[in-house]
Amino acid sequence: MATYLEFIQQNEERDGVRFSWNVWPSSRLEATRMVVPLACLLTPLKERLDLPPVQYEPVLCSRQTCKAVLNPLCQVDYRAKLWACNFCFQRNQFPPAYAGISEINQPAELMPQFSTIEYIVQRGSPTPLIFLYVVDTCLEEEDLQALKESLQMSLSLLPPEALVGLITFGRMVQVHELSCEGISKSYVFRGTKDLTAKQIQDMLGLTRPLVPIQQGRPLQPQEQPPISSRFLQPVHKIDMNLTDLLGELQRDPWPVTQGKRPLRSTGVALSIAVGLLEGTFPNTGARIMLFTGGPPTQGPGMVVGDELKTPIRSWHDIEKDNARFMKKATKHYETLANRTAANGHCIDIYACALDQTGLLEMKCCANLTGGHMMMGDSFNTSLFKQTFQRVFSKDFNGEFRMAFGATLEVKTSRELKISGAIGPCVSLNAKGPCVSENELGIGGTCQWKICSLDPSSTLAIYFEVVNQHNAPIPQGGRGAVQFVTQYQHSSTQRRIRVTTVARNWADAQSQLQHIEAAFDQEVAAVLMARLGVYRAESEEGPDVLRWLDRQLIRLCQKFGQYNKDDPNSFRLSDSFSLYPQFMFHLRRSPFLQVFNNSPDESSYYRHHFARQDLTQSLIMIQPILYSYSFSGPPEPVLLDSSSILADRILLMDTFFQIVIYHGETIAQWQKAGYQDMPEYENFKHLLQAPLDDAQEILQTRFPMPRYINTEHGSSQARFLLSKVNPSQTHNNLYAWGQESGSPILTDDVSLQVFMDHLKKLAVSSAS
Amino acid sequence: MCPFMQFTEGGRKYQCGFCHCINDVPPFFFQHLDHIGRRTDHYERPELSLGSYEYVATLDYCRNNKPPNSPAYIFMIDVSYSNIKSGLVKLICNELKTVLDKLPREEQEETSAIRVGFVTYNKVLHFFNVKSNLAQPQMMVVSDVGEVFVPLLDGFLVNFQESRSVVNNLLDQIPEMFADTNESETVFAPVIQAGMEALKAAECAGKLFIFHSSLPTAEAPGKLKNRDDKKLINTDKEKILFQPQMNIYESLARDCVAHGCCVDLFLFPNQYVDVASMGLVTMYTGGTLYKYNNFQVHSDGPQFLGDLRKDLEKRTGFDAIMRVRTSTGFRPTDFFGAIYMNNTTDVEMAAVDCDKAITVEFKHDDKLNEDSGALIQCAVLYTSISGQRRLRVHNIGLNCSSQLADLYKSCETDALINFFAKSAFKAILSQPLKTIREILVSQTARMLACYRKNCASPSAVSQLILPDAMKVLPVYINCLLKSCVLVGRPEIPTDERAYHRQLVMSMDVADTQLFFYPQLLPIHTIDVKSDAFPTAVRCSEERLSEGGVFFLANGLNMMLWLGVSAPPELIQGIFNVPSFAHISTEITLLPEVDNPYSKKLRSIMDYIQSNRPYSMKLLIAKQREQAEMLFRQYLVEDKGLYGGASYVDFLCCVHKEICQLLS
Repeated sequence: MATYLEFIQQNEERDGVRFSWNVWPSSRLEATRMVVPLACLLTPLKERLDLPPVQYEPVLCSRQTCKAVLNPLCQVDYRAKLWACNFCFQRNQFPPAYAGISEINQPAELMPQFSTIEYIVQRGSPTPLIFLYVVDTCLEEEDLQALKESLQMSLSLLPPEALVGLITFGRMVQVHELSCEGISKSYVFRGTKDLTAKQIQDMLGLTRPLVPIQQGRPLQPQEQPPISSRFLQPVHKIDMNLTDLLGELQRDPWPVTQGKRPLRSTGVALSIAVGLLEGTFPNTGARIMLFTGGPPTQGPGMVVGDELKTPIRSWHDIEKDNARFMKKATKHYETLANRTAANGHCIDIYACALDQTGLLEMKCCANLTGGHMMMGDSFNTSLFKQTFQRVFSKDFNGEFRMAFGATLEVKTSRELKISGAIGPCVSLNAKGPCVSENELGIGGTCQWKICSLDPSSTLAIYFEVVNQHNAPIPQGGRGAVQFVTQYQHSSTQRRIRVTTVARNWADAQSQLQHIEAAFDQEVAAVLMARLGVYRAESEEGPDVLRWLDRQLIRLCQKFGQYNKDDPNSFRLSDSFSLYPQFMFHLRRSPFLQVFNNSPDESSYYRHHFARQDLTQSLIMIQPILYSYSFSGPPEPVLLDSSSILADRILLMDTFFQIVIYHGETIAQWQKAGYQDMPEYENFKHLLQAPLDDAQEILQTRFPMPRYINTEHGSSQARFLLSKVNPSQTHNNLYAWGQESGSPILTDDVSLQVFMDHLKKLAVSSAS
Repeated sequence: MCPFMQFTEGGRKYQCGFCHCINDVPPFFFQHLDHIGRRTDHYERPELSLGSYEYVATLDYCRNNKPPNSPAYIFMIDVSYSNIKSGLVKLICNELKTVLDKLPREEQEETSAIRVGFVTYNKVLHFFNVKSNLAQPQMMVVSDVGEVFVPLLDGFLVNFQESRSVVNNLLDQIPEMFADTNESETVFAPVIQAGMEALKAAECAGKLFIFHSSLPTAEAPGKLKNRDDKKLINTDKEKILFQPQMNIYESLARDCVAHGCCVDLFLFPNQYVDVASMGLVTMYTGGTLYKYNNFQVHSDGPQFLGDLRKDLEKRTGFDAIMRVRTSTGFRPTDFFGAIYMNNTTDVEMAAVDCDKAITVEFKHDDKLNEDSGALIQCAVLYTSISGQRRLRVHNIGLNCSSQLADLYKSCETDALINFFAKSAFKAILSQPLKTIREILVSQTARMLACYRKNCASPSAVSQLILPDAMKVLPVYINCLLKSCVLVGRPEIPTDERAYHRQLVMSMDVADTQLFFYPQLLPIHTIDVKSDAFPTAVRCSEERLSEGGVFFLANGLNMMLWLGVSAPPELIQGIFNVPSFAHISTEITLLPEVDNPYSKKLRSIMDYIQSNRPYSMKLLIAKQREQAEMLFRQYLVEDKGLYGGASYVDFLCCVHKEICQLLS
C-alpha cells in the first residue's frame, strides 16, 4: 500500500493532480458501479521550485480537433523526426527547430520528469496589471480610517507599473480621476440607476467623440494620452496623489436618519467598475477589489431596504421564500460576474461588518471570476489587514502569487470524456469530441476560463469512462489526460503550463483489487464533497445529505467485506477505511448544514471550499486537533469529545478558525499564575507551544483564519465543541459511568452511531 | 386684519371691509374703543393705522410647517469654448471673489445668511465641494444629464465667510481648469434641474445665477434646435416664435416654482439662442433675464458686472405667494409679470425682488358703492434673505364715482401704458401681431371717443380733444406700437424681440414709461454751476442740433449723441480729446476727467442709472456716422426706422377713428 501512497504523493507534487482512482476501470458500466466518479483535483499553478519555464512555444498536434501538446507520453521517431500524438494517434512532423533532437538530446517536454512543463510565449504587447479599488464610504469613522490606511499601504505592494483606479460609493458612486493636478475631480453617478457599459463609457467620456470641425477653432495638434488614463494610472506616477486622495476620503456625507441603514449603492458601483474596465482594458489581467462594510441598500443589486427594523434575510426567510430582493439582486450580480468573466477580469470582495453584507447575492462575482472573498467583523482588525496584505504576497521569485485571464483546456484519451469541473471558473462552451453529455458541475465544455488564480487554486474535474464493456482495452493500456493552462503571469508574460498524466486501465471484474488498492480516499472525499456543495447551491439541504448517504452506502456495499445481514462482519480495506469518517464530518460541516450560519457565512465557507487544494479542503471537512500535555510531545488526537481532557491544551484548525482550548485544570493553573513562577517554567513552555504552532498557521494561511483563544467553560469553547464528534453527550454520559473527555450537549448522532447505521444498511440485503 | 375693519360693540366685534362679515374679536386682540369708535391702540398697531405692514409669519405659513432655512445662491457657469475664449469665465470668477462679500443681509446682522454653491457645466455638470475644512475644492462630475441629480449635499452650499479660502481657490482654478477645453456643446434644462434639485435637497429656497452662452444642442432633455424662421414674421404663426420649443421648460418652471427656485439667466449669445424657450423658466420663477450680444470683456464687461453686482445685492424675497383681495363689486381677473399661476387667485413667485412689478387687471362683476369705495388688499407671503417667513400686506382704498369726468380726471396714463404693454405682449402668444396692433389703436380711439362723447365740452368735430390726464396717451401708445416686439420686421432678431417682451413683462410703471419713451437730455445747455437737472426734450429729430450734445437713456441703453459742430470745450471737457474727430466711438465708459462738464455729465448718468434695474451700456453716436442710426431708433416721435408712424401721423390716424366712432 505504501507504494500507492507514495505514487499518489509523487504525482501530486510533480503535477498538482490527484485522481480518485489511480487505476481506471476499463468499461463504462464498471466505472458507474464504482460509485465515486473518476475525477481529479487539479492545482493548475501549483508552486514548484524546480520548474524553470522554457522560453519557446509548445509543439501542437496538427489535427485541428486535437491540438494536444507534445508530451513525454508521445511516441517519437527520432530518425524520421516524427511524433505520434498519444490522444488522437496523428503522426506529426517536428518543426524545423527540432532538427537536432535525438534519444540523447531530447527537448524538455519529452523527458518523463517534465510531465508538467511551463512555456513562456510572446504574444501581443504586455499590458500592465490593473487594480481597481471600489471602496464603500458608509463606514464608521474608525473602520474607514483603518481601510484607508490599508489601501494606502497596498500601493507600496503593487508593482510600480501596475495601473490603479479608485471608485468610492455610498449613496452616490464616484469614479475618481487620478490624472489631474490641483483640484480633485470625480465623476458621480446616481446609486439607483443601472447603466449599460456603453452609457458608463459615454458618461465617463471614454468614447472619444467625433470631433466636429468648427470654424476658427485651432485643432489640437498634440497627441492626447489614452482616454482611460484619467481613471487608471501607473502606481509610480500617482502614488503620492492617490495616497492624499485616499487620506482625504470622507464618510458618505448624506445624512442617515435614526432607524435607517445608510444608502449603499454597491450594485451600481460594481456595475460601473465592470463597465469601466470592459471598455478600456478587455482581456487583460485586472482585479476589481470591492471593500464593503454593509449590505447594498438601494438601486440594482440591493439586498435589504434601508429600514433597520426589517432585518436582512436569513436562511429561514429564504426557505419561506420571504427574501424580497434576493432573486433580483442575485441576477444583477450574476450578470455582472458573467460580463467580468467574459472580459477576463476578476472581482474580489472584502466584506467587513458585524451583520451580513449580502455575500449570498454577490458570491457569484468572486466565484465565477476567481476573485477572493473575505469576511470579517471590521476593517480595523488584523484579520482584514493581514488577509489583504497577503493578497499581494510574493513567491520565491519575487513574483505575485496571482495569475490572470487563464483558460484551462482538458484533453483526454478516447476512452474518457469530460463531465465537468467545479471551481472558480466559467465555461467557455468549447464543444469537442472529449466532452461528455453527462454533466457534473460546470460541464458541456472542455475549456474553462479562470479569470484569476493563485498557486493554491484548485479545480475538481470529473470524467466519464466511455469505453464499452465489449471493447476491452489491451493489457497494459494507459489512459491519458492533458491539462493545458494558458494564463497571464503576474509579470505580465503570457505563459502556458501543460500537464500530461496517464493511468493504467484495469478490468473491474477480474482486477477489482487493483482498482480498490489504487483508490485515493482523501481526494475522493473532497471530490464528492465538492459535488455535494455544488448541489447544495441549488437543491434543498436534506436532499443533498440523502444523496451523499446513498453514495456512501453504495460504496460500502461495493467495496466492503461482509456477510449479508450481519453488520458485525462488515470490514473496509485500508484504502477506504477513512472515507466514512470524512463523510460523517462533511455531513456536519457548514458547507452542507446551514443551521447556525447566516446565508452570507454559508456562501463564504462554500466559496473557499470550492477553490482550496486537497490539504486545506480536508482540514475544512475534518478539522485537525492537536493535543499538548505534560505526558508527551504534542500529538494529533481524534476529533472527538473524548479528546477534551482537563490537563490538555488543544489546538484545533478548521481552516477558517484556529482555536486554542485550555482544559479545566490548565485554565486553573494559568489563573493561579504558575506560568510566571520560575519553578514551573515547563508549564510556561506548555502554554507557549500551541501559540507558536498557531502562529505558524496564521502566518501562511489565506484568508487569515479567525484566531480564538479560549478555555474550558467559556462561551468561545463552542467553536471546538461544535466540531468534535459527540461521542459523549448528555444522553449517554451517565451510562459510561466514568469521566473521560467532555460531554457535548447535542442531539446529533456520534460517529459510532453513524457507523453502526452505515454497517447495518450496507449489509442489508433489502437495499 | 387691516385698517378697513370696522370695530363695533365696544370692540368685541369687527366687520370685514371686504366681505362685510361680522366677526368676534379674539380675546388676545381685544381693545376698547374710544369716543369716535376707534380702538385706543389704533396708532400702536401698524395693521390698524398703516397701508403697508409686515408680519413675521407663524409656522402655519411655512412649507411643511417647519421654519425655512436661509436661502442659497448657486452660481452655474457655462465653461464651454466660447465663454472661455471670450474671457467671460475669468471675469465672472474674479468678480465673484469680491462681490460675494456683498450678499444682502438683514440690517441688524453682520454677515449674510445666504449660502453659496458653484457649478460649472458644458455637456456635463461639474459640482464643487467647497467645504471649509478642505484644503482644496473637490470637483464632482455628473454626466448623467438625462436624469440629473445632486451628487453632494454637505459642502456644496456653504457660507462664503467660512469657506472663503476654498471658494477663492476654486474661483482661481476654474478658468485654468477649462482653459484648453474644446467642448462647444452645452446643456441647459439639466442645469436648472440640478440647481433646483440642490435647493430641494438642502430644503431651502434660492436663486440660480446661470451664465450661458449658446443654444443648448447637446443630447439632453431640453435640447433646442435653431428654429428661428423669418418667414413666419407677420403671419398667423408668428406667435410660435415667442412660445417655447418644448413643454419641458414649462414643467421645469413649475417644479422650480414649487421648490422656491428662482432662475436668473445671463445670456452671452453670438447667434440665435431661442430666448423664448430659454428664458421661460426665468420668466415664471420671477427671475431676471440679461442678454449681452457678442460679449466682449473690455466693452461689455462693465455693464455685465454692474448687472451682476446689482442682481446679487438686490433685496429679494423667496418662495413667495401673493393674493389680491377686493371688496365686493369687482375682482382681479388677470395678472401680468414674472410670475407663475397654478390657479386663478394665487400668484406664485419663486422669488420676487425690488424691481419686479405685477400688473393686476380688475373687472367689475357688480355695482360699486360710492360711499364705501373700492378696497384692495394685496398680501405677499415670502421668505426673507435671512430665512424668515414673512407676510407683507398692502392696502388701498379707492373712491368710486358715477361721473365719467371724475374717472378721466383720476386716470394715470403711465399705469395704463404699463398695462397695455403687458397685455399686448402677453397676447402675442396667442394672437397674430396685426390683430393686437388693431386692438391697441381701437382701444385708444374708443377711450378718447368716450371722453369726447360724455365729458368734453362741445366743439367742432374736426378738433381732437384729449382729456387732461390722458394727453400723452397717444404718444405712448404709438411708442408701444413701434416697440420691436410689436413690429414684425425680418431685420429685427427674434431673440431681441423675445428678450424685450420678457423684460417688459416684469417692469414697473416707471420702467415702462422710460422704456417706451426714452429720456433725452440736452447736455450742451446745462449750467454746470447749478445742481438743477436739465429739462428733458421730446424725442424727435427736430430737437437735435448740430451744435448740441444729447444724452439719451431708456433703461437698457444710454447714448450720447454728438452734433458735428458740438462746442469743442464740451468735447474736451467730457472726452479729454481736442476735437470731434478725435472722439472714439468704441468707449463704453466716459473718462474720469476733472472738470465741471465731465463731473456734471457723469453725475447725471449715475443718477439715471441708480434707479434702474439694468445697467445701461453707453454708446457714443456721432452725427452722420453709422451709430447714429441706432440713436434714431430711440427718437420715438419720428417715423420709425423699421416702419411705424411718427407721432403726428399716429395722432391723425387716431383722430380719424374717433370721428368714425362718434358718427
